Amino acid sequence: MSEPVAMPVAGTAEAAPAGPVVEAHELTRRYGEGDTAVDALRGVSLEVARGQLTAVMGPSGSGKSTLMNILGCLDVPSSGRYWFAGQDVSRLSETELARVRNRRIGFVFQQFQLLPKLSAWRNVELPLLYRNVRNRRELALQALEQVGLSNRIDHRPSQLSGGQQQRVAIARALVTDPDLILADEPTGNLDTASSRDVLAVLRELNEQGRTIIVITHDPEVAPVAARTVHMRDGQLIDEVAA
Amino acid sequence: MSLVHTIETGLRSLLGHRLRSVLTTLGILFGVAAVIATVGIGQASSDSVTARITSLGTNLLTISSGSSVSAGVFGGAGSANTLTMSDVTGLQDRQSAPDIQAVAPVTQGRASLVSSSGNWSTTVSGSTAGWLVTNSRTVGTGSFISANDAATRAQVIVLGSTTASNLGVGVGDLVLVRQIPFEVIGVLAPAGSQGFGNQDDLAVVPITTAQDELFGGSGSVQRILLSATSPSTIGSAYLEADQILLQTHHITDPSQADFTITSQTQVLSTAQAVTQTLTILLASVAAISLLVGGIGVMNIMLVSVTERTSEIGLRKALGATPGDLFRQFVIEAGTLTALGGLLGVATGLAVGYIVPRAANIAVTITPLPVVTAVGVAVAVGLVFGVYPALRAAQLAPIEALRAQ
Repeated sequence: MSEPVAMPVAGTAEAAPAGPVVEAHELTRRYGEGDTAVDALRGVSLEVARGQLTAVMGPSGSGKSTLMNILGCLDVPSSGRYWFAGQDVSRLSETELARVRNRRIGFVFQQFQLLPKLSAWRNVELPLLYRNVRNRRELALQALEQVGLSNRIDHRPSQLSGGQQQRVAIARALVTDPDLILADEPTGNLDTASSRDVLAVLRELNEQGRTIIVITHDPEVAPVAARTVHMRDGQLIDEVAA
Repeated sequence: MSLVHTIETGLRSLLGHRLRSVLTTLGILFGVAAVIATVGIGQASSDSVTARITSLGTNLLTISSGSSVSAGVFGGAGSANTLTMSDVTGLQDRQSAPDIQAVAPVTQGRASLVSSSGNWSTTVSGSTAGWLVTNSRTVGTGSFISANDAATRAQVIVLGSTTASNLGVGVGDLVLVRQIPFEVIGVLAPAGSQGFGNQDDLAVVPITTAQDELFGGSGSVQRILLSATSPSTIGSAYLEADQILLQTHHITDPSQADFTITSQTQVLSTAQAVTQTLTILLASVAAISLLVGGIGVMNIMLVSVTERTSEIGLRKALGATPGDLFRQFVIEAGTLTALGGLLGVATGLAVGYIVPRAANIAVTITPLPVVTAVGVAVAVGLVFGVYPALRAAQLAPIEALRAQ
C-alpha cells in the first residue's frame, strides 16, 4: 500500500463515471409463484456514492441477502431498475452479469470461500483467470501485500487462521480493482480480534477511496461505516449517517 | 477464460483428486485395451484360417458324387458313385471347358503300407497326373504318376515325406499295399503340417490301379478335383464343369443334379464368416466394457459437480460464465478418457506383445481398432461429460455458494 503503482485507486486508473456506484430504484424480488410466492424485496431504493463505506443491517429474513445478491449482480430484480456504475444491469443475461461481476465487483463471503487445494496467491489470482490478465502473480502479490499477508503467499487456506483466510478473500476481491467491494457478513465466522483485523483492513481500503458495502448484523461494523441502512421485511426502514 | 487456463484449471482439479482420477481412468483403460486385444486375436485367427485355406489353392473346385435319388428320396452327397472316368475325360476337353486348367479324379481309402523296415497306415489316393496341379504340390525326389502309368495300371506309388520316412523307404524301394507290391517312384516335397491334418502323410497311386487292385469300383470315381486357370476364372470354370456334367449325365433340371461342386472360396468365406462373427462377439463385449467405463466417467463427473457446488458458485461469483464452467468440466471428463484411452492403447499393445509369447495365441494389431477404440473412448468421455458439465454451468450462483 506504500507503493503508488500497487493498486490504482478506484476512479483514478480508468476514466470511471463520476456518478454513484450503486443506483437502485424500487427493486422488488419475488421468489416462487401464486400462493406460495414470497416477496423478499418490496421496493428498495438505494444510492451509494463512490468512495462510501455503507453498512446494511437487519435481522435474518429481512431481505439483506437478496439485496446483496442483486447489488452483486448474482441475481436480477423482479421489477425496478438497477444502474451499476452508470450501467443498467437489471436486464442483463447471465453471461453479461458474469462479466460485470468479474470486472467491477469484488466479493467477500462469510465462509471465506477459498479453494482448499490452492495456495493463497493462487486463490487471489482466480478472478484474473477469467479475464486473461498476463501479470496475474504480480497483481495477486500486490493485493496480498495490501491486506498484510506478503509472508503467507504460498500457504494453503488450512494453514491460515480464520482472520488471515478472510484477508486472503479480501485480497481476492481487491485484485481486479473493482468499482465495488461487497462483503456479506465478513466477520460472521471470526472471533473478536480477527473481526477487528478484518474491519481495519476494510476501513483502510475505504480510506484509499474504495466503495464498500458491508451486509451484517454485527454492531461492531456500524462505527466503521460512514453510513448505516437498516432493513426489515424487504424494505429499508431508516438510515443513520455517522 | 482462455482455453489454456481452462485446461490448466481442469488438470489442477484432476490432480487434486488423484485417486479418483486414476480409478476413473482405469475403466476406460481396460475397455480400450480389451477392444484392441480381442480384435487383434480375432484378426489373427481369421488371418490364419484364411492362410490355411488359401494354401490349399483358391482356384480349386471339388466335385463330389451323389445324391442318389431313389423313389424321390435324396440320399445326400456321396451316397452313390455317380462320377465316372468319362466325366473326367469330358472335363478335360479344352473346347467346352477353356477355364479348367487341370482335372484329377480321386478314389481313396485307408490302407496299411508295409516296407522291409516297418508298416504304416495312411490314406491312399488313386489319381492321375492332374493331382499335383490341383493340390498345388511338387515332387521332392523322383517323379509323379504319368498318363502312361494310369493307362498300364502300373503298380507305382508316390509317398508324402512323412509317410516315406515312417516307412523308411525312398525312390526305388518296394512297399506292399494290401499285399500288392508297389514301386516307390517319387516322394513329395513337404507341404508342412499347416492345414487340416498332416499334408505330408499320404500316398498316391494311379487311379486305374486303385480301382482295379485296391478299392474296386472300376470306372467310377469318388471325387473329381478341378483347378481353374486362375482364381479369377473360378466362376466360369464352375459353370463349365456344371454344364458338362449335366449334359453327360442327361439331367435337364439342375436341381436334380447327382453331383455337388464346391469351391475353396466357399469354404474360405464360410470360415471367414465364422471367425468374423466370433471377433464381432468378442469386440462387442469389449465395447460394452468401454461403455461401462464411459458411464463411470459420467458418475464421477456428476459426483464431482455435486461435491464442488460451492466451488462452482464461487467461480461464478468471481466472473466465470456458464460457458467457462461447461468447458472446464468437459475438459476434465475429456482428459480422463483421453488419458485412459492412451494408456489403454499401451496396455492393448502390451497384451499383443506378451500373449503370443506367453500363451501361443497369435495377435494381429491393426491401426483401425486402435484408432477406433481411442476415438470412441474420447467421444464417450465428451458425451458423458456433457451432462455433468451442463449441470455445473446451470447452477445458480447464489444457491451454489450457499451449499456447504
